[in-house]
Amino acid sequence: MGLDFSVVPDYLDVIFLGALWTIAITVCAGLLSFFGGIFFAVIALYGNAAVRLPFRFFEWLFMGTPLLLQLFLIYFGLVQIGIDLPAFVAGAIGLGLHFAVYNSELIQTAIVSVDKGQMEAARTLGLSRGQALRKVVIPQAVRDVIPPIGNNMIALLKDSALVSVIGVGELTLSSQLAIGRTYRPFEFYAVAAAFYYLINVVMEAVLRRLERKTALSR
Amino acid sequence: MANSEKFVEIRHARKSYGSLEVLKDISLSVDRGEIVAIIGPSGSGKSTLLRAINDLDSLSGGEVWLDGVQINKTLGHREYEKHINAMRQQVGMVFQHFNLFPHMSVRDNVTMAPKLLKGISDKEAEALAIEQLNHVGMLERIDYYPSQLSGGQKQRVAIARALAMKPKVMLFDEATSALDPELVEEVNQVMKMLAEEHMTMVIVTHEMDFAASVCDRVIFMDGGVVVEEGAPEQVFRNPKEERTRAFLRKHLSVHGKG
Ligand SMILES: Nc1ncnc2c1ncn2[C@@H]1O[C@H](COP(=O)(O)OP(=O)(O)OP(=O)(O)O)[C@@H](O)[C@H]1O
Ligand SMILES: [Mg+2]
Repeated sequence: MGLDFSVVPDYLDVIFLGALWTIAITVCAGLLSFFGGIFFAVIALYGNAAVRLPFRFFEWLFMGTPLLLQLFLIYFGLVQIGIDLPAFVAGAIGLGLHFAVYNSELIQTAIVSVDKGQMEAARTLGLSRGQALRKVVIPQAVRDVIPPIGNNMIALLKDSALVSVIGVGELTLSSQLAIGRTYRPFEFYAVAAAFYYLINVVMEAVLRRLERKTALSR
Repeated sequence: MANSEKFVEIRHARKSYGSLEVLKDISLSVDRGEIVAIIGPSGSGKSTLLRAINDLDSLSGGEVWLDGVQINKTLGHREYEKHINAMRQQVGMVFQHFNLFPHMSVRDNVTMAPKLLKGISDKEAEALAIEQLNHVGMLERIDYYPSQLSGGQKQRVAIARALAMKPKVMLFDEATSALDPELVEEVNQVMKMLAEEHMTMVIVTHEMDFAASVCDRVIFMDGGVVVEEGAPEQVFRNPKEERTRAFLRKHLSVHGKG
């Protein structure tokens, strides 16, 4: 039995819907991983022990265990303590927090390497430390880590396939659905791969644009 | 206290880093509208003293007063933060390395703090940016980013940024030391202009000519103490102390004078 892509058009709407869910979960988890990353970085650097220690545990949990396990824990595990999240929400939170921890590491390093004179200049004008961080230090730190955070976002896109295991109907799951009906794994996995590739290309283009836009601000 | 005497006053300032005594019981005052230069060899504590005025470096002992209010008063942590942030709004500071905010346009560098801290409207902020940048001759660069400016232009914007908070006193820590020689003059011109407007200024500098031509009083520091102070003519032409003489011999000869 050779390859036959003629079955694909019948399922294109299914695949397309899956692609939309992949985009949706990537955007939601991406935003969570970005803002969560900044939040965690500030806690790690400036929080008192009472918040830093729980954060350390949390960091260990998300860096030291498989993402798949984290998704299971959030989706199936939390139900036992009365937190019943829809699959999409559980998936977005799991993916988002997982990458937030990685982004936090990047942002911490970047915050520490912003020239000390920046904080001093801001404080001299009368800004509080929090205001100086928000207006002066963090924007520069974030600007400095756009490329590696972009890489994390692309890794997040690829790992979003994992949320299929908790039943989010994203690209991988929807292609599996089509395969179940047609027994044409190669064709549909190839189509799914093409969609991932397309989303990837768009993300890289956005990233380039961001890098170019911030070039002046160095 | 609107008293014009002792507008800025430092009383018995002490500062140590570990066992290193950087400031040893320094007292000095600056009148309203007075322009004071602080000179002295490297490591004598000039920057430390200047930075103590707005508590950027906290003193180990002693007091700093501005216009009748103690800047470094003893308060609980939260109250002190509020107090010091309010005090710092009244003290402009200009750094050797400019420290402009590179991610902001020239306009935003000037207006960020007034907008955030004084709650002025966008319209008022725009007027303020135009006024302050025009003042230092940088209006035509209002939409530029710091990376697109020369060192002299950066420093003029940094001065405009400090002035936009309408400070009572301006502190300069070697504002021209990092500049290429040909860019020094444009910054000196701006400082001279402020002097003519009777801005109260404390200027740490290595430029003896500038200190002599602009300042009302010169303070010579060495080893964490004020060795000598007086009118520029007196300190430069007729220094009383041997340490001052030795310093000036070295410094003025570098400039081919003496
Ligand atoms: N954070 C610090 N920790 C330890 N020592 C310090 C610190 N800051 C300054 N010092 C020391 O304090 C002394 C005075 O430093 P300061 O920067 O005030 O000198 P300065 O007169 O401004 O010198 P320069 O002309 O080189 O700028 C120096 O010996 C310096 O090494
Ligand atoms: Mg210094």
